Amino acid sequence: MIDVDNLGLRQGAFQLHGISMHVPRGKYAILMGKTGCGKTTILEAIAGLRRFTTGKIVLNGRDVTHATPAERNLGYVPQDGALFTTMTVRENLAFALTIRSRPTKQIDERVAQLADWLRVTHLLDRRAVGLSGGETQRIALGRALANHPPVLLMDEPLSSLDEETRERMIELLKELPRQAEVTVLHITHSQAEADRLGDIVFRLHEGRIITEPLAA
Amino acid sequence: MKEWRYYLCLSLLGGSYVVLIVAMVGADLFFTTSESFFSTLREPDTRYAINLTLISCSVTAILSLWVGVPMGYLLARTQFWGKTIVDTILDIPIILPPLILGLSLLILFNQTQIGVWFQEHLFRVQFEIPAVILAQFSVSAAFAVRTMRITFEQTSPRTEQVALTLGCTRSQAFWRVVLPEAWRGVMTAGTLAWARSLGEFGPILIFAGATPMRTEVLSTTVWLRFNSADLPGAVAVSIFMILVGVAVLILARLLGLRGTGVV
Repeated sequence: MIDVDNLGLRQGAFQLHGISMHVPRGKYAILMGKTGCGKTTILEAIAGLRRFTTGKIVLNGRDVTHATPAERNLGYVPQDGALFTTMTVRENLAFALTIRSRPTKQIDERVAQLADWLRVTHLLDRRAVGLSGGETQRIALGRALANHPPVLLMDEPLSSLDEETRERMIELLKELPRQAEVTVLHITHSQAEADRLGDIVFRLHEGRIITEPLAA
Repeated sequence: MKEWRYYLCLSLLGGSYVVLIVAMVGADLFFTTSESFFSTLREPDTRYAINLTLISCSVTAILSLWVGVPMGYLLARTQFWGKTIVDTILDIPIILPPLILGLSLLILFNQTQIGVWFQEHLFRVQFEIPAVILAQFSVSAAFAVRTMRITFEQTSPRTEQVALTLGCTRSQAFWRVVLPEAWRGVMTAGTLAWARSLGEFGPILIFAGATPMRTEVLSTTVWLRFNSADLPGAVAVSIFMILVGVAVLILARLLGLRGTGVV
């Protein structure tokens, strides 16, 4: 569950006021809006990567307003994937588990499971550079989900993909709430993506959420 | 203008500098003989200067990275009060004549209460080996900071943010993600600091002196031999410095590229 209540922030001339959203557990929410309207800023605030001046954020029933990103226990997929290029694909997928010093067997099993689901098993021992856009996004998705976070935030994960790859990714993302038992907030410009993936669609306009959930 | 003329024009303009460098090194090589070169290097004073230079440059490079990496990161990735002032202060060693830095170090350790206290109660710096390292460090660290700042500015902060969301503390994200991604920049900064230290002369002469078998480094050896009309000896040491400098640059570039898929 994602609960954002009356979020506000100011950065120079840019302002957001009274941003409130509620995404029930296990639902796939879409946040839409024009370029530069503040969608990424909201996502970063939820992830704990950006400070805000007012408001409250509750994730999965826990108030994380003042928590560090690590304490929020969420997955985050940025627009460019931001893979760790000094590591292999396997190390990328295992990162969240390695950092928590999980047993090697458990890490190996989880990486194999994710790689199989995301169809990147053949890439596991390759360094995470020179991969295609689709491969990058699938690995970034797997890395974000490795520790079974209850919340997943995605910032335009399909925007740089060609049509065929985007179709395959959409099919993959459709399985997300069921496969990963996760509540999703996905930013996009694309109405088609919103129509096909979103259980709930939010629209951000001139610093405010002006459209309440279309369907719950 | 035809395309080849355009490129010829650029090559002539830029290439003139390459020709000048090659001509200078070539002139040194033609001036000296192998006997003069090796006999100069075998002299005890020169061997001491070689050892002290290699050690002091390496210590200076490590110290420069020690301050350059955190300061470069702070300047590139954070906003803080007085950042412009700090940035300007860090440019002082780059814009000032090195001689003035040496003079300032001398005044700091010789004419101020804190400097005098430091030398009396902790350890002696002036005209000792620590003065050589401090004189080299005062200039080299500024170059290391600049290089690391550019490195961190050119590296996306996004991977660090992702690492934080995956469970890393700030310091874990830095050591596991940010620093490995900045590895080539670290190598470049270390090399620059090392090479800059190798050529440092003015501050060392003023602050550490040029006492043979004590604070004499290769740059001061060249100066001492030149002053005593031993031109072949000065050129022999110069050629050795050129060889060492080029070897370090090649080594660092190879190391810096390793792991990036290029080497």
